[in-house]
Amino acid sequence: MHEMSLAEGVLQILETESAKQGFSQVKTIWLEIGALAGVEVSALEFAFDVVRRGTLAGNAQLVIIHLPAQAWCLSCGQIVEIRQRYDACPICGGYQLQVSSGDEMRIKELEVE
Amino acid sequence: MCTVCGCSTGETRVEGKEPSHEHHHDHSHTHDHHHHDHDYSHAHSPEPQTMFKPLVGNHHYGLGPARVHAPGLSQTRMVQIEQDILGKNNSYAQQNRRWLAEQGIFALNLVSSPGSGKTSLLVRTLTDLKDEMRLAVIEGDQETAQDADRIRATGCPAIQINTGKGCHLDAHMVGHALESLQPQAASILFIENVGNLVCPAAFDLGEAHKVAILSVTEGEDKPIKYPDMFHAANLLLLNKIDLLPYLQFDVEKCIEYARRVNPSIQILQVSATTGEGMQQWYQWLRMNQQMRLLGRPSTQVKAELGA
Repeated sequence: MHEMSLAEGVLQILETESAKQGFSQVKTIWLEIGALAGVEVSALEFAFDVVRRGTLAGNAQLVIIHLPAQAWCLSCGQIVEIRQRYDACPICGGYQLQVSSGDEMRIKELEVE
Repeated sequence: MCTVCGCSTGETRVEGKEPSHEHHHDHSHTHDHHHHDHDYSHAHSPEPQTMFKPLVGNHHYGLGPARVHAPGLSQTRMVQIEQDILGKNNSYAQQNRRWLAEQGIFALNLVSSPGSGKTSLLVRTLTDLKDEMRLAVIEGDQETAQDADRIRATGCPAIQINTGKGCHLDAHMVGHALESLQPQAASILFIENVGNLVCPAAFDLGEAHKVAILSVTEGEDKPIKYPDMFHAANLLLLNKIDLLPYLQFDVEKCIEYARRVNPSIQILQVSATTGEGMQQWYQWLRMNQQMRLLGRPSTQVKAELGA
C-alpha cells in the first residue's frame, strides 16, 4: 500500500514544478519504474487516479516506462539482466551478483500547458 | 495525506497528537508551510495562456508556451524533470541523518513482519544495556501506544508514532518524533518500524542501518519472498532460535537465501527469550556506536557519555 504515498509524492512534485516552471495543467506524465523498485504498477495507477482528482493533473495520462534490472556478475564478469534480486546469473548460474540498476522510481518528463 | 509535506492530516499521531505545524525543529529541518485542505480551486494558476491570438491581420501561432506550432499538436510543452518520486522523503531523511551524526547518535531502523519478536528483543536489549549506554526508542505502529509503554517500563525514553492507515514510517514522521523525544548525544536510537516486510524497505528514515528481524517460526524462505527488505538490511537477526528443536526450520537454507538477495548481509542467531546469542548483538551495537564516536573530540565524548 505504499503506492498511495508514492502517488502523493508524484503529485507533490508536479505542484512544486508548476509553480517553478509556470504551467497550470499536466497532460502526460512519464514515470520510470525499475523492475526492482518494489512498485506494483497497477496499484500505483489506481492510487494516482484517486489522488489526482481536482488537481492540476486531473486529466493527466500516466505513462509507465519499465526499466530492466541489471547486475554485474562477480564470477563471470558480465553485466546481465535479472528479474528478481535472488536470480542466479543467467550465464554461469552463480549468485554473486552486484545489482547495478533496477530500483529507479522517477518522473522522467511531463507534457504540460 | 497532505501532498505538500507528506503529513497525514487526521491519520498520523505522535503520542496521540497530530504533528504540529507551528514548531521549530532543533535540527535544520525546514518545512514548507502551506495550507492544508485547500480545494485547489483558488487562484494560484496564472490565466490560461492563449494559444492562438487572432490579432487583426495577423495569425500568430507562436504565442503559446512552446513558442512554436506543429500541425495537429496543441500548444503544450515538454518539461524534463528527472525527479525521484521519493526525493522529498530522502531529503527529510538526509536532514535527520545529518542531525543524528552531529549528535553522535547511532540510529537503527528495525524492520520485520508482525510477530517476529521485535519488541521483545528490544525490551531485552534495553534491559541488558541501559546501565552501560544511553538508549532511546521511537515506536511505530498503526494504532495504540502499547509498545511504547512496554519500552518505557524498562526506564528508557520512548515515543510512539501511530501511522493510522499508513503501512510504514517515513522520514518526516521521524523528524517530528526526534523533536519530541530529544534523544541524548552519543546514544543509540532504535526506530521500531511498523511490522511489514514490504513498504518500509523503500523509505529511508535517516538511520545508519536497517536491521531485519526474522523469527524461525516464519519459514526459511522469507528472504526470497520479500527480497527488497533483506536487500536493504545490513544485519539480520534470526530470532527465537530456542524454538528450533520443535520446528522444521532450515537455518542453513535461510542464510543461503538471505545471502542470495544480499551477499554482504551479516547474520546473528539470537533468542530474546533465553538470551542465547544476544551478546553478539550487543557487541555489534557497541562496536558500531564506537565507530560513530570516532573522530569526535575525546573530551566531548567523555562529557557526552558522562564519564
